[in-house]
Amino acid sequence: MTNLTSFTIADARDKLAKKEFTALELTNAHIAAMEKAKALNAFITPTPDIARARAKESDARLQAGKAGALEGIPLGIKDLFCTEGVQTTAASHILEGFVPQYESTVSQKLRDAGSVMLGKLNLDEFAMGSSNQTSYFGPVKSPWKAKSLADDLVPGGSSGGSAAAVSGYLAMGATGTDTGGSIRQPAAFCGIVGVKPTYGRCSRWGVVAFASSLDQAGPMTRTVRDAAIMLKVMCGHDAKDSTSALLPVPDFEAALGKGVKGLRIGIPKEYRPDGLNGEVAALWDKGIQWMKDAGATIVDISLPHTSSALPTYYIVAPAEASSNLARYDGVRYGQRVEGKSLDEMYGKTRAAGFGTEVKRRILIGTYVLSAGYYDAYYLKAQKVRALIAKDFTDAFEKVDAILTPTAPTAAFGLNDKQDDPVAMYLNDVFTVPASLAGIPGASVPAGLNSDGLPLGLQVLTKRWDEETLFRVCQVIEDAAQFPFLKVPA
Amino acid sequence: MSYIIKGETGDWEVVIGLEVHAQVISKSKLFSGASAEFGASPNEHVSFIDAGMPGMLPVINERCVEQAVRTGLGLKAKINQRSVFARKNYFYADMPQGYQISQYDQPIVGEGTLILDMPDGATRAIGIERLHLEQDAGKSVHDLSPTKTMIDLNRSGVPLMEIVSKPDLRSPEEAGLYLKKLRSILRYLGTCDGNMEEGSMRCDANVSVRPVGSTDLRTRCEIKNVNSVRFVMMAIEHEAMRHVDVYESGGKIDQETRLYDSNKNETRTMRSKEMAHDYRYFPDPDLLPLEFDDAFVAKIKSTLPELPDDKKARFISAYGLSAYDAGVLVAEQDNALYFEEVANGRDAKLANNWVTSNLFGVLNARNVPITESPVSAKNLGRLLDLIADNTLSTRLAKEAFEIMVETGKDADTVVTERGMKQITDTGAIDAAIDQIIAANADKVEQYRAGKVQLIGWFTGQVMKATQGQAAPALCQELLKKKLEV
Repeated sequence: MTNLTSFTIADARDKLAKKEFTALELTNAHIAAMEKAKALNAFITPTPDIARARAKESDARLQAGKAGALEGIPLGIKDLFCTEGVQTTAASHILEGFVPQYESTVSQKLRDAGSVMLGKLNLDEFAMGSSNQTSYFGPVKSPWKAKSLADDLVPGGSSGGSAAAVSGYLAMGATGTDTGGSIRQPAAFCGIVGVKPTYGRCSRWGVVAFASSLDQAGPMTRTVRDAAIMLKVMCGHDAKDSTSALLPVPDFEAALGKGVKGLRIGIPKEYRPDGLNGEVAALWDKGIQWMKDAGATIVDISLPHTSSALPTYYIVAPAEASSNLARYDGVRYGQRVEGKSLDEMYGKTRAAGFGTEVKRRILIGTYVLSAGYYDAYYLKAQKVRALIAKDFTDAFEKVDAILTPTAPTAAFGLNDKQDDPVAMYLNDVFTVPASLAGIPGASVPAGLNSDGLPLGLQVLTKRWDEETLFRVCQVIEDAAQFPFLKVPA
Repeated sequence: MSYIIKGETGDWEVVIGLEVHAQVISKSKLFSGASAEFGASPNEHVSFIDAGMPGMLPVINERCVEQAVRTGLGLKAKINQRSVFARKNYFYADMPQGYQISQYDQPIVGEGTLILDMPDGATRAIGIERLHLEQDAGKSVHDLSPTKTMIDLNRSGVPLMEIVSKPDLRSPEEAGLYLKKLRSILRYLGTCDGNMEEGSMRCDANVSVRPVGSTDLRTRCEIKNVNSVRFVMMAIEHEAMRHVDVYESGGKIDQETRLYDSNKNETRTMRSKEMAHDYRYFPDPDLLPLEFDDAFVAKIKSTLPELPDDKKARFISAYGLSAYDAGVLVAEQDNALYFEEVANGRDAKLANNWVTSNLFGVLNARNVPITESPVSAKNLGRLLDLIADNTLSTRLAKEAFEIMVETGKDADTVVTERGMKQITDTGAIDAAIDQIIAANADKVEQYRAGKVQLIGWFTGQVMKATQGQAAPALCQELLKKKLEV
């Protein structure tokens, strides 16, 4: 019998409707896979009991002909989304044991559409990281192995648990969040599709905040179609989030199959710096050829402020984070370490509760907002951010979409790169500009390098144009015929 | 009427700026749907947002924006159609987010003016620097446990307007007048109840001194959270004296935050400049800039009431009242309304006297607002009509008024029930006079010998004989006729 975990969301949706198997069977198959793959450490909190209960409810609705858009589909939820009655940690010790009494808007929408929550997925602490190594609950291992390396690989981050779970067939799809590349980079590392929609598409309500002006939720799936199906459910206006867009949600799935004939695809020269990894560059060239073959016009473009994006991001994001994380003070919830005075309690609680990377970013953020430094750092960064956004606005006068590599390298070993934060930050060099501009971006698995590791291509479009994004992604997907991992027996 | 501190080295003037935190009248909080009502049990009015739970986001309460604009219009201030909420970052146990959402360099209301009504009838314009919206913190309760501090988050997120004056005030008295006038305007507008005891209006005072004639500003100290007009005045007076003493003994004033202790009538250091917070203000990324159009402002403007300054001017011109009397009447909107109902179509000065002395006396004694007056404006007006048509003498009217206060009955009922009609029948009065003259030949003799002040005694006797109902003027006229034959 076919392992039920091998299906795509679109397939499973049809087969559930045709009653080829039940939602409970589908969920049980995934729970079994999670059990077997415990060593990946993809989940912080598995919720098999909740999953089975919801799968049974799905079966009842399927029986009654009242199926939602994701009825019975088992999904993982990144542990940054607050889930009612289920521990939500943001992979931080400071929130260990915190059980929200509310459900984030995005996870509520997924639930309302009939999906089944398998558990809460591991991530970098407070989504700060590009390798999932900063989690208090331990690193996540990628299900992929390099030919040349015995060591385990990182899944990327911060949505590392999501990427590992989806690529390893522990979940049919997962929620991620992307602040500077946290959906797209792990999707590239693990060979899956990751979509960061336009800032404002998905409500941030109930998502533990990292950098409010950048954070955006999005789907991580094995196919472009699955991402389109999931994103449609996840987004929509939410009066509880003042930055949520008051726009109708397009039927992204309906945009698929339209191809790219006649579209103008921009290739930004700044994304091909000297010393760009040869295999990454070659794959990019391949992608350009696929676009041409499919009838698109290739346009060389310039995004002149690209090199300022990373330093800008590492001012804006830590500044917002330093303020957003002030609420974790040991007073009302989460961990507390007692002290003789209020200040001592704060100090001890936060020293024990936050990991090194989080502390580093709180310090950077506090520094750049300090009296005397604000103008030189934060204010200047905001101005540069506006220039970066304008680069894209200007580019989209000439092109319909932009094609770039997602990350400068493939996944690296679990024990590499740990002591140099700046080297780690460079992972996001291609993803951060779109985050700063608020435009949608996706990573599609496009091929393997010579070490047998996935590489992704990134597609960017203008604000609110996810439909074109999905069209371009699907053409890459069709051309790449990406060799997915084998479904574990 | 300038306020000068006579020092050993010369004369000093005091420079004062006030920051008033006024709680916006609104059903719910500034950024959450929780109730903003005062007086609930601890932590009863707290939403997930007010408690700073993970992932919670603020959403601006439009009602509060309207109230801020309304107040700005009342202060004749510049309304900024684009303003920005900023985070003021600091840690405190009763501030759940670790920051206060406030407005920093782009407030909703800019410069305006407030007119002080001086006791001599003159006025003085005081500049308003700005008004901005911000959220209140919760409350730390330190005295319920010897080892723990209890936190009540009911106030957390309650909407406040911070109204900042320019350093234009020059005496404790002016500071007091400023607060009273501001409170009056806020109450007229219905944007803050101005209740300092309940904390819905709180005041920080910035105080410095300088030699008379000097124009530069010296180092100021900020006195935090003073909770009555009287204490603000006392705190300023004390602080100004302290500054003069320090300067005159060769010292210098450090910029710092101080607390006023009303029991000891002194201020003391709360936080020195070195210990001052670096608030790391930056625009709140959870909130878009606050923007509205002309129509939004125009709609609010169309609902503004007549404000105290305009009303005062009208009372002076339309009713012929003195600036002082008009000022007293318009301070509270309900008083002005009451007065106008009484004065309408009647002798306005008489109406003013009855309202400000007789009625206010009763209200003060009973400590009730005019809206709970035992005598309605309609009933007081009718009483004045009975004076005007000679039914009642002033004396009888006062008696009737007292009965009206006690019983709540209207003037006509009291007059009828008590048979209080003034006697204007000369025959009846003549008869009483004849009797008194006959019985007091000695007094008549003295009067006729030149002791004319006895007329008062005679009048009293006639009033007594008529149970006070003789019309006093008529009485005297008839008496004189008979005594002076």
